[in-house]
Amino acid sequence: MQLRPLAICAIVFFTAGLAIASFANFREFIPGLLQGAWITVQITIGGCIVAVIAALLAAIAKMYGPAPLRWLAVAYIELFRGTSALVQLFWLFFVLPHFGIVLEPMSVAIAALGLNVGAYGAEVVRGAITAVPRGQWEASVALNMPRKLALRRIILPQAFAAMIPPWGNLFIELLKATALVSLITISDLAFKAQQMNQTTFRTVEIFSIVLVMYLAISIVITVGMRTLETFAARGMARGR
Amino acid sequence: MFWDWSYVWEIMPTLLRASVVTIQATLLGFVLAAVLGLVMAILRMSKSQWISVPTAAVIEFIRSTPLLIQIFFIFFVFPEFGIVLPALTAGVIALGLHYGAYCSEVYRAGLESVPRGQWEASIALNLSPYITFRDIIIPQAIPPVVPALGNYLVALFKETPLLSAIAVLELMQTAKILGSENFRYVEPITLVGAFFLVMSLVASVFIRQVESTLNRSLRNPGGGQ
Amino acid sequence: MTTPMVKFDNVTKRYGSLTVLDSLNLEIAANEKVAIIGPSGSGKTTVLRMLMTLERINDGVIHVDGEPMTHMERNGALVPADERHLRRVRGNIGMVFQHFNLFPHMSALKNCMEAPIHVLGMPRREAEERAAELLDMVGLGDKKNHYPSQLSGGQQQRVAIARALAMRPKVMLFDEVTSALDPELVGEVLQVIRKLAKEHSLTMLMVTHQMGFAREFADRVCFFHSGKIAEQGAPDKIFNDPQEERTRQFLSAVLEAG
Repeated sequence: MQLRPLAICAIVFFTAGLAIASFANFREFIPGLLQGAWITVQITIGGCIVAVIAALLAAIAKMYGPAPLRWLAVAYIELFRGTSALVQLFWLFFVLPHFGIVLEPMSVAIAALGLNVGAYGAEVVRGAITAVPRGQWEASVALNMPRKLALRRIILPQAFAAMIPPWGNLFIELLKATALVSLITISDLAFKAQQMNQTTFRTVEIFSIVLVMYLAISIVITVGMRTLETFAARGMARGR
Repeated sequence: MFWDWSYVWEIMPTLLRASVVTIQATLLGFVLAAVLGLVMAILRMSKSQWISVPTAAVIEFIRSTPLLIQIFFIFFVFPEFGIVLPALTAGVIALGLHYGAYCSEVYRAGLESVPRGQWEASIALNLSPYITFRDIIIPQAIPPVVPALGNYLVALFKETPLLSAIAVLELMQTAKILGSENFRYVEPITLVGAFFLVMSLVASVFIRQVESTLNRSLRNPGGGQ
Repeated sequence: MTTPMVKFDNVTKRYGSLTVLDSLNLEIAANEKVAIIGPSGSGKTTVLRMLMTLERINDGVIHVDGEPMTHMERNGALVPADERHLRRVRGNIGMVFQHFNLFPHMSALKNCMEAPIHVLGMPRREAEERAAELLDMVGLGDKKNHYPSQLSGGQQQRVAIARALAMRPKVMLFDEVTSALDPELVGEVLQVIRKLAKEHSLTMLMVTHQMGFAREFADRVCFFHSGKIAEQGAPDKIFNDPQEERTRQFLSAVLEAG
C-alpha cells in the first residue's frame, strides 16, 4: 500500500520531466494553464463543501426525518445518482434560465457538481452512521440525551472517522468531474487545455501536462484526507 | 409555456436514434473495460515488482485524472502519431481504459478472495498455471464480483454524454444540437435526463436481482471447497 | 410500606410470538439492593432494558418514584408516554452496560461531563469538578485524560459507572457488568459497586452471574425463570434453602461451574 503513492510520484516526475524536456517554449502556455488550474481548484473546493453539506442533510433527513422530508431526500439521492453529472450540469445551465432562474456559470458548476457528489455522499454518511454500534445509542438514552444531541455529539463524531476514506474517493471524483465545466464556457484547466491546443497545436505536451496537473491536485486531496484520517483516529479505537 | 408536448413528439425520433449510439458506446466500452480490467488485475498481482508497481501506478493515474481529458488525449494525440481515429472509436477506447482501471480493482478483490488452498490443490494435481487460472481460479473469482462490475457498467453508461465533447452524435450531443436549432433546451435535455434516470433505475433493480440470485447459488455451490 | 422506588405492574414483553416477560409484578423499595439471577433467556436483562426505556413494553405499567414512566395521565386516563415524559422520568435512572458503551472519541473525563453539561445544563467548571471527583471515587483519578481504548476493560467499566453516577440517578441498573471482563479484572469493578452500595443512598438493580457477590451485596435476590420470577427472598434463604426445584437446579449448575 505504501508502494502506491511512491509509484505515483515516480510517474509524476517522469512525465513532468519528459514534458518539460520536450517543450521548446513552454512559458507560452504554462501561465494560462495555471490560471485554469486555479479555477479548477476553486470549483473543487466549492463543490466539496456543497457535497458534504448536501450529503449530511440528505442522509439525516432520509434516516430520521418526518415522511415528507424523507421522500424529498430519497428523491434527491435517486435523481442525482440516476442521471449523469453532465446532464445535471447542462440542465441547470440551459434549462433553469427558461424558468427565469439565471445563475452565473461558476455557481451552476459548484451547485451541480456538489449536488451530484453529495447524492453519493449521502449513502456514505448513512453507511457510516449505521456502522456506529447500537450500544452507543443505548448509552446516550441511559444518559437521558435527546436524540438530536446524541446524534450530534456521540454518533456523528464516531461516524466521521469511518467516513473519511470514502469521502477521499468522492472528492477525487468531484475533481475529475470539474473538467465537465469546460463545456459550459468556464475557463478551467480542461477549457484552457483545449483553447491552447487550438492555438499552439502542441497537443502532446499540453494534454500531458494537464493530466499531471490533475494528478497533482488529486495527490494533494489524497494526502490531505490521509492526514485527516490519522488525526481522527487519534485516541479512538472502535471499542463498543 | 414551460413544457411543449408537440415539440417533444417532434424531437423524439431523433433522440431515440441517438440513444442507439449511446447504448452502442456503452456496450463496446464496457466489453473493452471488462477485458482490459482483467489484464490489468493480473499484471497488478504479478509477483515481479517490475510489473506490479508500474501497473499499479498506471491504474492509479487513470483513476485520478478526468475522463474528459483522457478522451481529448486519445482523440487529439493519436493523430500526432499518424493514427486518426473516428470520434466514436476514440471515445470507446477512453471509456474502456478508464473503467478498465476501475474494474481491475474489482477483479483483484475477486481473485484475492479465492482461497490459497485452491492453488495448492491445483499444484498437487499437477495442473499447469494457465489451466489452473482458467478452469479453477477464474470461475470462482468472477461470479461474486459480477454485481460490482454491473455497477461500473451503469457508471460507464452515465458517462457516455462526455463523448459529446468530441462531437460523437450520442444523446447529449443530439439534444444540444436540437436545443440550439430550435432555441429550446428544456425538453431535449430533460428527456435525456429522464432516459438516463429510467435506464439506471432499471439497471440497478436488475443488478440487485442478479446479486440475490448469486448469493443464493454461491451459498450452496454444490459441495464447497 | 412507603411508595416503592420502582414498581412493575403486570408488565409483559413479547418479541413477535415469543413472550420474554409474562405479567411481571415487582416492587423495589428506595435504597434497596436487588440482585437478579437466572439462566440466560429468562428475561432478566429485559427487566433492566425496559426500565431504561431501551425496550418498549407490550402490556402493563412501570412506575418510578410513584409516577408512571411508560404511561402518562391525560384527561384522567393513562396513555403511552411521549418522548418528553419519558425523558423527565428517565432522569431518575442510570445504567451500566455489559460492554461499557463508553464514547470512544472522548476522554474518560469528557465521557463523564458530556451528559451533565448538555442534558442537565450544568456549568462546564462544575461538571468537570464533579467528573473528576467521581473518577477519583472509582480509583481512576490519574486516568482522567485517557481515551477508552487506552484503558483496560475493568478501568473502562469503572469509568462507565462514574459516567452514570454523574447524572445523579436515584436508581442504578447494572447489566452483567462483569461478564465481558477478564477474570482478574472482575474484582476491581465489584469493589467499586460495593463502595457505592455502602456510601450512597441508591436503589440498585443488578443482573449478575457472580453468585458470591449477589449474596454479599443484595438485600433481596430474584430468581427468574422463563419470563417469571420463580422465587425471591433474602440471599441467605435463596442460596441456602431454595424452595423451588428450578432454583436448586440452577444454583447447583452454576456453583459447580465455579
